[in-house]
Amino acid sequence: MSVSGHDHTTVRPLPSDLLTLNIGPAHPATHGTLRIQVQLDGETIVNSGCEIGYLHRGFEKQCETVYYQFVIPYAERLNYMGPVNNSNAWCYACEQLLGIEAPARAQALRVITSEMGRIIDHAVCIGTNLVDIGALTNFWYMYNYREKIYDLYEELCGARMMVNYPRIGGVSQDAPDGWFEKLLRVIDEMQEAVGDVRNLVERNRIFMDRTIGCGVITREMALSHGVTGPCLRATGVPYDIRKAQPYWGYEKYQFEVPTAEGGDTYDRTIVRFQEMFESCKIIRQAVASIPGGPVMVDNHLVALPAKDKVYNTMEGLINHFKLVMHGIQPPVGELYSATEGGCGELGFYIVSDGSSKPWRVRIRPPCFANYSTFPKIIQGKMVADAVAALGSINIIAGELDR
Amino acid sequence: MTEREIMARVEAQFGAKVLRSYEFRGQCAVTVKPEDLRAVLTFLRDDGETALDALMDVGGVDYLGFSPVDGSGDDDREWRYEVAYQLYSMGRNHRFRVKVAVGEEKPVVPSVWDLWAIANWMEREVWDLFGIHFEGHPNLRRILCHDEFQGHALRKDYPINKRQKLSAPAENLLCAKVEWA
Repeated sequence: MSVSGHDHTTVRPLPSDLLTLNIGPAHPATHGTLRIQVQLDGETIVNSGCEIGYLHRGFEKQCETVYYQFVIPYAERLNYMGPVNNSNAWCYACEQLLGIEAPARAQALRVITSEMGRIIDHAVCIGTNLVDIGALTNFWYMYNYREKIYDLYEELCGARMMVNYPRIGGVSQDAPDGWFEKLLRVIDEMQEAVGDVRNLVERNRIFMDRTIGCGVITREMALSHGVTGPCLRATGVPYDIRKAQPYWGYEKYQFEVPTAEGGDTYDRTIVRFQEMFESCKIIRQAVASIPGGPVMVDNHLVALPAKDKVYNTMEGLINHFKLVMHGIQPPVGELYSATEGGCGELGFYIVSDGSSKPWRVRIRPPCFANYSTFPKIIQGKMVADAVAALGSINIIAGELDR
Repeated sequence: MTEREIMARVEAQFGAKVLRSYEFRGQCAVTVKPEDLRAVLTFLRDDGETALDALMDVGGVDYLGFSPVDGSGDDDREWRYEVAYQLYSMGRNHRFRVKVAVGEEKPVVPSVWDLWAIANWMEREVWDLFGIHFEGHPNLRRILCHDEFQGHALRKDYPINKRQKLSAPAENLLCAKVEWA
């Protein structure tokens, strides 16, 4: 076709250079300090590189200088969106190293607190991810109930976010009177709120157009990259350590491992929604079947003696002194302990030299593996898609950088 | 398969190449030399019985000054570092650990990033924190510490309270291929 003498079929697009753009490290959409450098052709990402480590606190080095029990509060600063999951996992790893087992009631309390942690982790992930793509309402629903879960933590042990609740050999204290009833009420309300949010987005045309096919992690890529958690299950692999290698009596509870097929942002969000419902189911069963008995193991090498023994008997006083001053001393050995954290397989690889300080603590952070797929999944996409995909992988910088 | 059976299978296959076998609390591990690492990992991944198809973690350990305090005597390792590869089988639901013995004078291990993509970042981290070089790695840059960092932070002879400041952030993060990133 020819208009005013020019042949438009031969007109070439305007020559353009590639533009290099830095996203982060301080950017609202990164939810933490991540730096992503993208090379853009127009708005399309042709190449990218990630820089992490902005939140590197030397966690693993620090663990080598303190006693085993002092790592518990540090561990909670890994995935700070579901802090109790990490400290429970650390205590479980230490118990395996020591060859002891927490009492049944303590294990049930760990299941309950960990599932509460999983719910608020997913709530924040879904809420903020939806904010990133323009749906603000859901955020308030989610944060409202996150706050109620924090209230429950506060009632349980006095702290809201970084609760420092578990101990090596059990948990620090039993639930107060009436706590379980309150918990069940909050869980019922929470489930309703989560259902409302899901109804707002699940069949929402705008949300679906925006997220289906966005940030696809294929099954092969996921397995090769060691992706775990909701990101892996969204690709159709039903790997969940709570089912595969149960701990804390997870085998007693009836729950499903939700999966999806597409591996995109939409599927990851839907899998998280379903996991929150499953967590509610687990909490109800755990509360209904919670056994009685102590919440701390009866082992003087691990558990502090009761206060009346400390004040009234010489043995109790010495025992208390020894545990505080010399710490817990596991045997020489090394061990890898994996549990299902909010983002996937949270592993602790501990090397013990028999002293009260760990020789080496290696954390296997699920985010680290999940995030390593990021340059691949945003290849050929737009910047806005990269933001949507980033939120749905649920990067927690505290865990990523340690 | 139990971990003990996997260990027996590796020992039968590789014989004297297994420097040390190890069992603790039902978990088993073998230590091999760097030159045998790829063969052992490939065997464990591709063998129909073990089928350890997922690499979950790569982590270094520095044994400088390691002396067990249980009265079993001094540590008899002739090498300073170990790098531990945590393997998992998605199909068969079992785990196994392979460790590679790395000497102090020549800390070099072959990279396995072409076997599992996760090894790319994990090996960068081991390089960053322990100074163990991974041969064949396409993009062996520091990952947690910054580019101007001197030394390797998780070595036992690196002081716990030493701080190093960065003068300017890295200009370029891009690689030639996205697979290397």
